[in-house]
Amino acid sequence: MSVAADLATGAASQPDPAGPSLIVEQLTTSIRIERQWFDAVRDVSFEVHPRETLALVGESGCGKSLTALSVMGLLPEGVGRISSGRITVDGTDMTAASAAEAQAMRGDRIGMIFQEPMTSLNPVLPVGFQIAESLVEHRGMSRRQARQRALALMELVRIPAAAQRLDAYAHQFSGGMRQRVMIAIALACSPKVLIADEPTTALDVTIQAQVLALLADLQRREGLAVLLITHNLGVVAAVADRVIVMYGGDVVESAPVSEFFARPTHPYSEALLAAMPRVDRSADALAPIPGQVPTLPDLPPGCRFQSRCPLRIDRCAELPPLIPLAAAPAHGVRCWVRAP
Amino acid sequence: MSSATAVVVAAPSAWKRATRSGGLAVGLALALTMVVIAIAAPWIAPFDPNDQDVLLKLEPPSAAHLFGTDAFGRDVLSRVIYGARISLFVGALATLAGVVIGTVIGVVSGYLGGVIDRLITAATDVLLSFPQLIMGLMLVAVLGANLFNLILAIAITAVPAFIRVARASTLAMKERDFVDACRALGFGDPRIMFLHVLPNIMDEVVVMASLWFAAAIRTESTLAFIGLGVPPPTATWGGIIRDGFDNLLDASWLSIFPSLAILTIMIALNLIGDGLRDASDPRAPQ
Repeated sequence: MSVAADLATGAASQPDPAGPSLIVEQLTTSIRIERQWFDAVRDVSFEVHPRETLALVGESGCGKSLTALSVMGLLPEGVGRISSGRITVDGTDMTAASAAEAQAMRGDRIGMIFQEPMTSLNPVLPVGFQIAESLVEHRGMSRRQARQRALALMELVRIPAAAQRLDAYAHQFSGGMRQRVMIAIALACSPKVLIADEPTTALDVTIQAQVLALLADLQRREGLAVLLITHNLGVVAAVADRVIVMYGGDVVESAPVSEFFARPTHPYSEALLAAMPRVDRSADALAPIPGQVPTLPDLPPGCRFQSRCPLRIDRCAELPPLIPLAAAPAHGVRCWVRAP
Repeated sequence: MSSATAVVVAAPSAWKRATRSGGLAVGLALALTMVVIAIAAPWIAPFDPNDQDVLLKLEPPSAAHLFGTDAFGRDVLSRVIYGARISLFVGALATLAGVVIGTVIGVVSGYLGGVIDRLITAATDVLLSFPQLIMGLMLVAVLGANLFNLILAIAITAVPAFIRVARASTLAMKERDFVDACRALGFGDPRIMFLHVLPNIMDEVVVMASLWFAAAIRTESTLAFIGLGVPPPTATWGGIIRDGFDNLLDASWLSIFPSLAILTIMIALNLIGDGLRDASDPRAPQ
């Protein structure tokens, strides 16, 4: 096994006899721009165990959402493709699965919740119907059975007066309640893996905390492996067990969450943390990262962060490997300067 | 968790928006009256529409014959009442068939995209390049004039218009997040197309349908007027107008009354269409 793979397995928060629910091995995903294919996700490996939360962190365009789409098997045809690597969900190899097999996995063994609870629900169908739908589709339940289960799910995600609201429509719910409905839909078939793509970005901070607490509680009860995609380091600190920082499609740092916040090592991670507002510092102390993420065709060869990096050396023209720190073997960094 | 307390917000009432201007109510009342008259024709028509009375040819309107009589001495009121049956029946059935076929093809075309979509769009453009009446005329001329062919021909003229509306709405709808959410739930294309996309575009389709219902009745009447409608002696509005056309100068009531019937149903259906459009678009000026 490669060093990167060792790192990926290194730090499951709890050992689990059943093994990881989600394994991503050396995933490279390419997208087409005009007539050329570019690697938008390069050599990404990680594992998520039951009850564990792995946070994928990075700016827009860093490849975190594309990684999620690769796991779901939802890359847009003709525009995105998995060029190499393997994704295993609950023992099934998604990269080898046919379209129909991948479709059967989605909503059944992998659930996904989205950023915008406002628009992710169908406006003209009652929410109870929408929660029940995947049970009918994947489990062959009758409408009546599925409706009963939908009611139980609405109670599970703590929607008050659930029985009266089974037949209500999305516009009759607040943002937080809609996100609870989305969670109920995603969990209807008791999936092993839940991908949460910016699940709280669109919500007020207080509601955000409630939804995160609910997710953590459900995760414990259902033994979910959660892949959390976010750019919000506050959310990461609150709920994640492990963090993977991505830049330009590369994993630049991978660490247990406490280790990451105690010792951010990659220059990009440092810059990200410095750019975050904190109550104990004045707003003037915010340090924006100079420049912007280059577009895919313009990414430099070698380390992709070099064009914005204050520590750049000549060797950065060559891509550094993800190397575990001597002091903390579970903490991997892709940098010639910081992890030589 | 006080913020988690349920507050069921009252749905903004589309019905209220629709009825505020009164147009929809008037349109519905008029159209419903027409439908009742058509259904109840055998009981409310004062005479048999095909009974000829050669002694009472071209009588002007009178107490006995409110709309007068035609060149064969038939009661025009009774013929107009029976004519409503053909016009509404043909219009409704043709519109229904056109809506169903056109919408299904449009949703599939817009949702699947690719080569299928390009072929369907090209075919639609070709069909739409013919004026509706010319197209209906050609089809009836080729197929032969009878009730079934008439419905078929008018339905075919409606299909491309509904393909276009359904396809455009579907293109807009399939970019919406809830469609992605459906894919993430492992739903198949048919389920997404017909259970999720279709109900969301029905407002536009229904508005179009009420206007096309009017267009279908107009086409039917026009075809009847030029002799390609349901064959005589069956009373149709277009047919009655044509019968009266020969005596237009000395017995104008023959053509005026069926024309008024057509005018009324046109106004009714257009009021309904406008009202429904206002109802489906909350931003429409009140």
